[in-house]
This record gives sequence, C-alpha cells and structure tokens, in this order.
Amino acid sequence: MLKRVHFPRSVLPYLLVAPQILITLVFFIWPASQAVYQSFLIEDAFGLSTEFVWFENFELLVDDELYLQSFGRTIFFSAAVALLSMSAALVLAGFADRVVRGATTYRTLMIWPYAVAPVLAGALWVFMFNPTLGIFPFLLDMVGIDWNHYLNGTHAMMLVIFAAAWKQIAYNFLFYLAAMQSIPRSLIEAAAIDGAGPVRRFIDHIFPLISPTTFFLLVINAVYAFFDTFGIIHAVTQGGPANSTTILVYKVFNDGFVGLDLGGSAAQSVILMVLVIAMTVVQFRYIERKVEY
Amino acid sequence: MASITLKDLVKAYGDTEVLHHVEGEISDGEFIVVVGPSGCGKSTLLRMVAGLETVTSGTIRIGDKVVNQLEPADRDIAMVFQNYALYPHMSVRENMAYGLKIRKISKDEIARRVEEAADILELRPYLDRKPRQLSGGQRQRVAMGRAIVRNPQVFLFDEPLSNLDAKLRVQMRLEIRKLQQRLGVTSIYVTHDQVEAMTLGDRLMVLNGGYVEQFGTPIELYDRPATTFVAGFIGSPAMNFLPATVSAGMATLGNGAQLANAGAANGAVTLGVRPEHLLQDDAGPVRVTVELVEQLGANSLLHGKLEGTDIEMVVSQPGHMSAAAGTVMGFAPAAGALHLFHAETGKRIEP
Amino acid sequence: MVENRPVLNVITHLVLILGIVIVALPIWITFVASTHDAVRMTQAPIPMLPGGHFWENFTQTLLGSGLSGTETAPVWRMLLNSLAMALMIALGKIAISLISAFAIVYFKFPFRMMFFWLIFVTLMLPVEVRILPTFEVVADLGMLNSYWGLSIPLIASATATFMFRQVFLTIPDEMLESARIDGAGPLRFFWDILIPLSRTNIAALFVILFIYGWNQYLWPLLITTDTDMTTIVMSIKQMLEAAEQSPQWNIIMMTALLAMLPPVFVVVAMQKLFVQGLTETDK
Repeated sequence: MLKRVHFPRSVLPYLLVAPQILITLVFFIWPASQAVYQSFLIEDAFGLSTEFVWFENFELLVDDELYLQSFGRTIFFSAAVALLSMSAALVLAGFADRVVRGATTYRTLMIWPYAVAPVLAGALWVFMFNPTLGIFPFLLDMVGIDWNHYLNGTHAMMLVIFAAAWKQIAYNFLFYLAAMQSIPRSLIEAAAIDGAGPVRRFIDHIFPLISPTTFFLLVINAVYAFFDTFGIIHAVTQGGPANSTTILVYKVFNDGFVGLDLGGSAAQSVILMVLVIAMTVVQFRYIERKVEY
Repeated sequence: MASITLKDLVKAYGDTEVLHHVEGEISDGEFIVVVGPSGCGKSTLLRMVAGLETVTSGTIRIGDKVVNQLEPADRDIAMVFQNYALYPHMSVRENMAYGLKIRKISKDEIARRVEEAADILELRPYLDRKPRQLSGGQRQRVAMGRAIVRNPQVFLFDEPLSNLDAKLRVQMRLEIRKLQQRLGVTSIYVTHDQVEAMTLGDRLMVLNGGYVEQFGTPIELYDRPATTFVAGFIGSPAMNFLPATVSAGMATLGNGAQLANAGAANGAVTLGVRPEHLLQDDAGPVRVTVELVEQLGANSLLHGKLEGTDIEMVVSQPGHMSAAAGTVMGFAPAAGALHLFHAETGKRIEP
Repeated sequence: MVENRPVLNVITHLVLILGIVIVALPIWITFVASTHDAVRMTQAPIPMLPGGHFWENFTQTLLGSGLSGTETAPVWRMLLNSLAMALMIALGKIAISLISAFAIVYFKFPFRMMFFWLIFVTLMLPVEVRILPTFEVVADLGMLNSYWGLSIPLIASATATFMFRQVFLTIPDEMLESARIDGAGPLRFFWDILIPLSRTNIAALFVILFIYGWNQYLWPLLITTDTDMTTIVMSIKQMLEAAEQSPQWNIIMMTALLAMLPPVFVVVAMQKLFVQGLTETDK
C-alpha cells in the first residue's frame, strides 16, 4: 500500500489530507460521538434538565414493543426487497447473457432506474397505486381486490417493497450480467458438449460460479434497504398506516425530529451504527475472498 | 561530464544491510556495468546514485560534489528505466521536453534539443505519437532520448533492455554503446545479463549479496576472476569447477585423475577450467562420461559428468562433434587455463 | 449463445422485453400523466396513452410556480438548486478524495495510518445514523439554508478516497521516480502526471457522484426550510402532500419527470463510464 519512493518530508501531506479529515471530524466523528453521548442522557419533558442514565435508553428500547416491531419489520422489508429485486435481476441477466446482438441495448434500457431518486421512485409507485386513480387498483378491483395502502398496512408494506425493489433491479442486473459475462465461454461450451441444456447449465454452472456476486449483492441490498429507502417510505406511507411501514431509519428520524425524543433517537442511532459497522465488516471480509477468487 | 566516486557505501533497511562498504572510482566518460544475479543489490546501488534511495553511510561524489543529500533532480543525472517510465498521456515530444520544461529552459532551446535527440535516435517521425503507439524498441529509444536532451553529467541505466526480445536486445545494445561513445557521458549500467555486461562495459563491477566481488575490465574478469563467483558468472557456458587436492604442483581430482601445472597452492582447492579451454585428447587427464551433445553449428557443447563422479561438466569444442551417451572422452586443459581457488573462501590463488 | 434453439431465442427476447416493460412502466405512466390536463388526471382510470398537453404542462411547471395554490419556489429554481448541490457534492468529493489519496500513497508521514482509518470510518457512519447531532453541528455553524450546508457535510468520502488510492497504486513507481529526476515537485507531479493518468476514473466517479448528489433527499430535507433552497427531489414530497387536497397529477408528474431527467440522462449518455464507476467504487 506504499510506494517504494516518496516525496521528501514536508507539511504538504498534512495540508492535503486536511479538508477530508476536517470534514470527517466535524460532520462524522463529532456527531457520532454526540449521538453516543446523548444515548446515555434522558431529558425531562420540558427540556430543562438532562440526566445521565447509562443504558436506560437502550433498556427502554428493548422493552419498547413498537421498536422491536420496527426491528422485525425492517428485517422483513430488507429480505423482501433483496429477494424480489435480486431474483428478478438474476432472471433478466440470465436471459440477457444469452443475447448475442443487442445485449447493450437491453442493458441500457434496464439500468437507468438506478438514476431515479428513492423518493421519486416512491412518488411514481404511489401514483400508480393511488386507490382512486391508479392503474393498478383499477385492475385489482376487477379481480375483487380492494387496494388501499392508506388504510391497509399489508398493502402499504407491499407497495414500499415494490418501489424499493424496482429501483434496485438496475444495480443488481448490472452486477449479475457482468459476473455472467466474465465466465469463460469455453466453460459453458464444455458443459454444452457434456450434454447440459441451457437451464441445466444455468443451475449447475452459471449460478454457482456467480455466487460471490450473489453474496456481495446480498450485503449491498441489505444496506440499501436499511438506509437508502428513507425517501421511499417518507413519500409513500410516512411510516403508516399505524406504523406498519416504520422501518428503523424512519423511526430514528421520526422520533428525533418529529417526536423530539433526543435520548431515544440517539440510542436508536447508536444501534444503527453498530449494524452498519457489522455490515461493512462483512462486506470487507468478502473483498478479501474476492481477491483470492 | 564528471567522474563518480563511491566511498565506503552502505545501504541498510532497518538492521538488514543490503550493500556492504562498496568502493569504486569511475572516471569521466567511462561506461561502467554493474552486474550480478537478482537481489545482489545492483539496482539499489544505481538508485542510490540517482537519489531515489537514501544513503545509510558512506559518500557518493559526482564530479567534486558530494550528492548524498541532493534531490535526484539536482544531481544532474538522467535515468533510463527498465519499463521506460514514459508518461503515457504525453506525446514523444512532450515526454522528452518535460524535464527541460520544468527547468524553465526556453521554448526554442527545448525544441532544438528535442529535435537533435530525435535525429540521433531516428525518432523524428514519431515525435507526435503517444508511447502506446510505439513498438518496444521505439519506446526504448524515447526513454534514451529523454535522457539525452537533458545533457546530463551521468547516464544511469536500470536494465533497459530486459523488456525487449532477444534480437532487438542485441541491436539496442550496440546502439547504446555507440551513443555513449559518441556523447562521452559517464554511464552506469545495471544488468543481470553477463553477455550484455561484457559487451557494453569499459569496466564491470560484479556484485554478489551486496559485496563487490571484482571490479575490472571484461578481459581481466574473464582471464583472472577473483572469486569462484566471478568465474562462474562471467563467461558462457559457465566455468567447470572440480574439487581437487594439490601438492607439489600436482592436482588430484576426486576420481584420482592427476593434472600438472597446478601452481603454488597446497591442500584442498577448487579447480576451475572453462569449457572452451578443454581440448580433446584421448590421453588427457580429464575424462568425461558423455550424456548429451548440443550442436550449435559453430561449436558443440558436450554435457556430461567427470568420469566416476557426480560432478557436472560442460566442454565446448569448435565445429561439429558427435558422441553417443555413455561414451567416455578424454580432455586436457589448455596451457595456463587452469584457475585455482581456495576451497573454502572461493578466493583466487595466484599461480 | 452456445447452441441454436429458435424457440428459446424467442422466449429470451420476450422475457427481456417483459422485463423492460416492467422496469419502464412507472416512467411511462409518469410521462403519460404529464401530457394530460389536470381534469383528465382526476378521472379513473387514468389514461395509458399520451395526451396533447405536454408543452402546456412543461412551461407551466418549469416557469410558473409549479402547483397552483402552494408556496413553493419555481421549478427552474429548484432545478438550479439541485444542480448546484449535485455539482458541489460530486466535485467536492472528487477534489478532497484525490488530494487525500495522493497524500496517503505518495508521502510517508507521521499519523498517516491514523488519517487513513479516520477516512475509513466515514464509511460506517451514513447520514441516516447520525441525523440529529449532524443537524445540530450544521445549525451551530450557521450553514442551514445554504449551498455549503447542503454539500460540505456530504463530501467526505471513503469510497472515493479508496478508489483513487487503488488507481494511484497501479501507476508504476517509475512514473514518480522519473518525474523526480525530471525535477517535478509533488504538486507538479500531481497535476501533470497523476490527474491526467486518472482522467477516466475521475469521469466515471463523477457520473456516480453526480447521481448521488442529485438524488439526496433526507439531508436537504433536514437543513433547508427556506423555500428558495428547496431541491427538485424534495419538492416531489411536498407536492404529494398537497395532492391530497387538490390533486394536480399532471404537474406533479411533470415535475417528477424533470427531476429524474438529468441523472437518467447522465446514466444513459455515459453508460460506459457509469458502469465503470459503479463497479470500481464498490470493489
């Protein structure tokens, strides 16, 4: 990680890292440590005095039915988004990999939702599923389903999952296609000569060979669903109805900015931090493996 | 132009000393080749002269100036790298001009010098090309050109031919030598290739494990190698080494054969004789069990073992020759062609 | 394709076209909605084919005040805000990551590793997990409702720094040695050699970061209260809220279209760089 030769010693390197380090300290390290500190405090109802309470905020969270539900919901939401988005991307990439001519065109048409902001994705989907106007409720009505995500928590959850998964298909597709295209052609041809048909080849050879990509995408999608879907929730359901789509990130925001429960929000932040750190570690572990592979 | 003096030069990384007290006087305009196996410290030595490695102790003097503390740019040197280190985003012209531009030399002067160098190296048609549009040999020339335009006191070459194919290497070798003779710039050239070293250098510095084994002209090194290492390294195919015991001018080999004219040594020695100095003689004392003959056209290389032992031997005979595997042939060393080395230290014993 | 199976080929294209239809459907509906008048957009079922009011909606949205009856900045102003924020974030991240990667790779100095790990830590602290205290810092610094507040806190970047570090490490050492013999100082080397050599990496990263910056939502939501500072992406949410009283879906969807156009254009027009950027930064 070091060059063999360096420039002579001077203050220059310090000046060069200064902007990055300064921003990191002021906007990352300091707020994060404040969050940790605040998570040990409880403010009284009038905001007049604060008390240092050690882990009481965390204890409150652990006992908080709403928080535990939100935790479970976040995991379900993430798993559903990852599963839906990755399986759709896998199938599409599998077919796109077969296309000789026009593969780039398909790719172009498939990847641009990546550029759509989550909150916009939410807006598009909430419009399509608008109970009175939307095209899908209209179609669903014909088969006897009365769609209303404003009242029905299950519908609301499905809608945010659709919106979140839709946006992520592009990313997953791109990585799956790249992984499949990096498999040596001769290997697939050898399998064909051994008598394996296209479906068999996919199951026996292609899928196992791209398993590192699958694992990588699993982590990326989990991080995405945990942290980057705030905009979707905020636009589509605002956590409702009756908290049925309040995932952890939304709850931190809501309890802190709307509910003004500083200690509780800070404690939630700290738990989220631990989760990100864990996911980052997993991701970097994976990179080491990828190097070997 | 300048002379270079290396005095008691040591390089250590932490506690590991990689160059041990190197001494050397290089006179003005001389072409010195530093040669040795990989890891012997030859590149480190060159990079110390260039200023790319710090000096642990000792002094490097270019002209009459001690340069230990000087930046590479202030040493008035130019260097040709193994991978040429051409700036890929600059044209040939810009590559050659870059160092001059930094030195704030006038535009006209830069253009003049670049074109002059381009003429010398026949690079004129390529001046506006990018390095990736050039062949290996042309890139090599650009790297040389970049050194020439600077008009430095010293040229440093770090294995500049090792990325070329064999034929081009021979051709470029000649060009470098001609160029250096024409410009008369003091040069240090690092290589692991002993043929390159022999053909290029006015003098050779043989390095092994961070020690200077010998520093002398190619012929001195060939005729009177100071150690078994130099003896084995210089000359191709390599010298044969045979353990022997000497008493009263007679050397006795492991298989009992006896050779006369073994000089003033006494006791256990290593006897060295070059493949080309063994002459076929059915009554000769050196008897070799043939394993394989390589026909090279001009000469033939006979590989085998000293009869009755496991000692590998190579004999070079002029012209064509054939021998079946398993036959035993006799050879006698040419007059004065026996080298004697101390059995333990490997140092030369003068006859 | 390994073997020729006509039926399978047809299926392949059918599946892919179906996939594209699913991926494109929301955008199609958005586009269609932006081409009808407000009245048509209140009648169920909403149309699936474009109408004739595109330019009308376009001019009203872009130049008018967007939704009638709400206190928002004009849409062109929001687009400008978004552009400023996206550019400042993208260029800021690239600039400070380039120089810190340069310092870390090409200098040996005390605390080098400490700085490296400090930068690494930012990877583990997305805005979402430190919302409140970061907001407080920005408020204390008086950076609310400013472009600086929108961009500066987001421009620390471990991924960009690591990517440039990776790029620099693949540049042969001889490049630096040769430049030093040529007499180039650190800044000169950085400017004359490193920057030109990392040009495509910088461009690829720019594409990714521009999209990242443009699509910021939570952060601008927190630190802008002034309507003049609203970004286009934020405005969608405000419009959705307003739509509950007086639905003007044609305008909302036109705004959405305008909001996604710049980043989508960047992805499609610079697809190669985009793919390179995406795969490099996530390595």
